[in-house]
Amino acid sequence: MDTRWDVIVIGAGAAGLTAGIYLGRARKKTLILDHGTVGGQMILTYAVANYPGVPESAGASIVQTMREQAEGVGCTVLGHADVVRFDLSGPEKVVEVDDEGTFTAPVVILATGGVPRRLGLPSEEAFQARGISYCATCDGDFFTDQDIVVIGGGNSALEEAVSLTKYASSVTVIHEFEEFQAQPWAVEEARKNPKVRFLTSQEVVEFAGEGTLSAVVTRDKRTGELLRTEASGAFLFIGYVPNTGWLEGVVALNERGEIVTDEDLRTNVLGVFAAGDARVKRYRQITTAVADGTVAALSAIHYLDELARAAA
Amino acid sequence: MLRTNLKHVQSTAEYNGLLSDGGKAAIVCGRMGPMCIPVYGAMEALETKYPDVKFFDMEFDAPVARETIRRLPEVQAFYGLPFTVYLKGGKIVHATGGIQSKAQVKEILDHKLA
Repeated sequence: MDTRWDVIVIGAGAAGLTAGIYLGRARKKTLILDHGTVGGQMILTYAVANYPGVPESAGASIVQTMREQAEGVGCTVLGHADVVRFDLSGPEKVVEVDDEGTFTAPVVILATGGVPRRLGLPSEEAFQARGISYCATCDGDFFTDQDIVVIGGGNSALEEAVSLTKYASSVTVIHEFEEFQAQPWAVEEARKNPKVRFLTSQEVVEFAGEGTLSAVVTRDKRTGELLRTEASGAFLFIGYVPNTGWLEGVVALNERGEIVTDEDLRTNVLGVFAAGDARVKRYRQITTAVADGTVAALSAIHYLDELARAAA
Repeated sequence: MLRTNLKHVQSTAEYNGLLSDGGKAAIVCGRMGPMCIPVYGAMEALETKYPDVKFFDMEFDAPVARETIRRLPEVQAFYGLPFTVYLKGGKIVHATGGIQSKAQVKEILDHKLA
């Protein structure tokens, strides 16, 4: 594989692949890397119903099309590429990938996306796939006729709580606040389902069981009282955090770890741009990631053209 | 059949053949779902780097899975797809449930199938 590129895009979700499509069409030699599967959070989305121009589709299907588009305009897309060393500070950026080699480019676009938020409890790790799940459509049928909990208070949590009633005997929604962040229609749907009950102002303190999950222990934030809820399954939908831990001290991040950019998606480091869920913004959707990928690519193309003009 | 680039285990005889030949193998038993696709991808990425290991998938809802992997004592506590089993010397030497990263799979290959 070539080692020298015009642009290295780190992250192959909606933002990164879109950036690649624009860069490829502008004949910029582009390498797109992702530490996981190509597609980012899109690949983890069972059905995408709000992507304009595309009827409801599996996230994986949209990913496949985006990847083919990026590769069709000449991008090289590399999944499961672990970045083991990098230096973005100089005019020539350096990115070393485990098992693949060292790549350089004058431009890097950071499109590293988000990762599901975890509670961070030791027992959460211990019961993963032994009762704790992050995907209702994948694992829901393991809990047929059983009592389960859903942890979270946003749209995903309440929608998935309702969908899990197809399998479970009962679904208890555990939320840390009194009010839900979900849209009113999602709360109403959940409230009118007879299999769904609610425990609010509850902080999860432990997952308990012998080998497999059997209960979730929470603390009432109003009284401090501990409550044990018997459950063989716990589905966690508590949002996402930006995948930027490795960028601390490299580019400017805000207090939530999101990459700070200007309107043209430039970071504070010359030649480094950012796009998608990893950067500072309020709304995180496939559509907004695609828009970011477009802007970052166009800004990068302008930057590269300026560099070429200056060198001529 | 699963839409992956891995070889597929489609019959109990094939599965038993893998066990009886005593070689090293990894089998990902799942569906074409969000938790499974990344694990197939990790296996595909590692296939060329571990030439002594055979990498396979198996459809979770097919009879072969019900007759083989889903019956294993090693997976009875699993409540998350995919079920991934590692074979060596005619035995199951490790099993995982749920999504796994390439780094996690590498760790298992390096330590359990070494």
